[in-house]
Amino acid sequence: MFQKQLSTLALAAALGLGLVQPVAADALLRIGLQQEPTTLDPTSDATASIAGMLGQNVYESLTTVDESGAVLPQLAESWDVSEDGLTYTFHLAEGVTFHDGTAFDAQDVKFTFDRAMGEDSVNPAKRYFNVIEKVEVVDPQTVKMVLKQPDAFFLFNVAQGSASILAPESAEDAKTAPVGTGPFRFEGWTRGDRLKLAKNDDHRDAGEVALDRVEFRFVADPASAAAALMAGEIDAYPGFGAPEMLPQFEADPRFKVSVGSTEGEVILAMNNSKAPFTDQRVREAVNHALDRDEIIEGAMYGRAVPIGSFYPPHGAGYVDLTDRWPHDTAKAKALFEEAGIAGDTLTIRVPPFAYATRSAEIIQTELADAGIDAKVEAVEWGFWLDEVYKKQNYDMTIIAHTSPNDLGNFAKGPEYFYGYDNADYDTLWNAITVESDEAKRNALEREAQHFLADSAVMGFLFQLPKLSIVRADVTGLWGSSPVTFQPLSGVRIGSDM
Amino acid sequence: MSFFLLRRTGGLVLTLLAISIVVFAVMNVLPGDPALTILGIDATDDARAALRVQLGLDDPAPVRYVQWIAGIARGDFGTSYSFGVPVAGLIAERLPLTLSLALSGTLLTLVIALAAGLYSASRHGRTGDWAVMILSQLGIAIPAFWLAILLVLLFAVNLRWFPPGGFPGWSDPLGSLRSLVLPTIALAAVQGAVLARVTRSSALEVMRLDFVRTARATGLSPARVLWRHVLPNALVPVITIVGMQFAGVVTGTIVIENVFYLPGLGRLIFQSIANRDIITVQALVLMVAAVVVLANFAVDVAYALIDPRLKARLA
Repeated sequence: MFQKQLSTLALAAALGLGLVQPVAADALLRIGLQQEPTTLDPTSDATASIAGMLGQNVYESLTTVDESGAVLPQLAESWDVSEDGLTYTFHLAEGVTFHDGTAFDAQDVKFTFDRAMGEDSVNPAKRYFNVIEKVEVVDPQTVKMVLKQPDAFFLFNVAQGSASILAPESAEDAKTAPVGTGPFRFEGWTRGDRLKLAKNDDHRDAGEVALDRVEFRFVADPASAAAALMAGEIDAYPGFGAPEMLPQFEADPRFKVSVGSTEGEVILAMNNSKAPFTDQRVREAVNHALDRDEIIEGAMYGRAVPIGSFYPPHGAGYVDLTDRWPHDTAKAKALFEEAGIAGDTLTIRVPPFAYATRSAEIIQTELADAGIDAKVEAVEWGFWLDEVYKKQNYDMTIIAHTSPNDLGNFAKGPEYFYGYDNADYDTLWNAITVESDEAKRNALEREAQHFLADSAVMGFLFQLPKLSIVRADVTGLWGSSPVTFQPLSGVRIGSDM
Repeated sequence: MSFFLLRRTGGLVLTLLAISIVVFAVMNVLPGDPALTILGIDATDDARAALRVQLGLDDPAPVRYVQWIAGIARGDFGTSYSFGVPVAGLIAERLPLTLSLALSGTLLTLVIALAAGLYSASRHGRTGDWAVMILSQLGIAIPAFWLAILLVLLFAVNLRWFPPGGFPGWSDPLGSLRSLVLPTIALAAVQGAVLARVTRSSALEVMRLDFVRTARATGLSPARVLWRHVLPNALVPVITIVGMQFAGVVTGTIVIENVFYLPGLGRLIFQSIANRDIITVQALVLMVAAVVVLANFAVDVAYALIDPRLKARLA
């Protein structure tokens, strides 16, 4: 930043003297990130920060989405969908090249999708591709995809980092040397420290890209991140993990603080396949015991929106069901007694995320007030994945589900860690996925939200906020995260550029 | 001396072999699946199965152990599950920073300890002694990460003398040194406080001995008595503690590297455990164990150099 200030000063002085034509200073943006990935290939690793750094910046997909979650063209300039919703014909942008100079055409799209759909595919979002029957190259600028069944989310899904278009020439090395078609090229990665991008001058929209260089700095600890921001070592920190530190930045004119939304529904998951949660009265009692305002105040310092079902409040089909099971400790107590488990011990196994561990402590006391002896067991992430997620070995847990359009989680069958199995809900979810009319789909999604809330499947807590701290003169960074990626092509530093 | 070295080297190899079995066993019974952590909770079962095959995770444990040890014997530490690159390279790119930090931390520990300890001993029972004792008590009580945050707030955020963290790389030597100053202090403060107390009591003990009185009686200055006669004789317990503390310094860097976001081994260990990157964790733990065993070895040699009686016995 210091260097940039100097050069801006020098530039201003030179302009004042009328000596030189205006030249753009080398615009460098340093972004702090909590999570460092171990590889850079979003098509073989689910780590959110891979797509967070590279998605739509280094890599591009057929489509993209804007901050509101609406689908826009990207490498596919347009597309036609057949009447039955089964055939998608994508018309690709012309004259696009990968960063290594090779040309982009329909073969690259076919390669990418075949690789993701294949038998030995390790794509973390293989589910998205399972719906595809076949991918055909019509001509170098046209690709046809035939689906097995209509999929309302198909165009949204192919925008994701997991559907990044890779070239057969460079896909092999994507883990360490990502090559894409995006507005920024990968410059280098010092593991444990930083990852660098530089503007791709050959990109078709290069004229609109204001940043020359981007550095992602991996600063995991919120206290260290706060210090780095204050010391001017980093310019922005999207996804800041410590809401309690925000007031100090809000009071500081050097920074902007934003509290945006994410796709992450935070839930108190109850193991539906295990007693006592097989009993709806118990699940209702837990819901009555929960005081969302108290949880949000204590765990998130008030910076979150409560939810009453499994759908983000910013979504088009949202319906507010937070009053379905109002906070009522006496009623909770009565229901626990009726179910014959009053005074029993139940365990909440929580993963090591601040929102989860903090919520757990508050929920513990709320359940205690209702006559349940809740034990909080903080576990490490690998342990959680194995014991809770894979083996369903838990009573209750707290987790944020950050995938978009994830009402389908409840249709994943009893094998999924919810242990939830309901044929009526499965039918409802299937109807949602094949409904191409948005208004009708929203109505079905509202129905699904009611369905889940009515059966008190989980304790729905709050929507995970996206807390960002950004230098005051940086504009264009997304405040909300409808997807894991964050396009940087529209980001600017200073008002003069 | 050569027999001594041979015996110790044999012990070193056996110790490391035993550690390798323990590490392998622990990492393999620990709940967790690398394929699950890499592909996340939305992955399909068949994608996870495909990745397990790719990583060679479906072989029985004894087979994987033998493959691993045979690889190490050839100098091949294997390929990291999560990074997808050779483990040896991952370690090599991070080792210089952690070693520099551990060494500078140990050096500063020694400087603090010897200066404060000897000063305190020479002022025994007076104000200076009490001041050192109180300060060292504080140093022991303060957690290293908290001290680190305080240092950052004062010297990086307010005074801007040093960066709050990060590492510019060795191509910028001055910048690199600057970014190691605060971590070194944070690392050395606690260890230095412990060691200062050891130095003080060891020096006090020596100062009560007859030869020191004799030295004083011959008219040597108090500084010279302290430097030439007390210090060398007080060093043996100090060196022992330094050797033991070196292990603490190496593990202490895990915390310090996290606070100062330095690209060292500590963060690699942390990340590898979280990712269930078993093969990387195994190599790292084995290496840290080797460093600690080597440090103890160095301590033994140092004894021999400081104490002529030991040297004579070993010869």
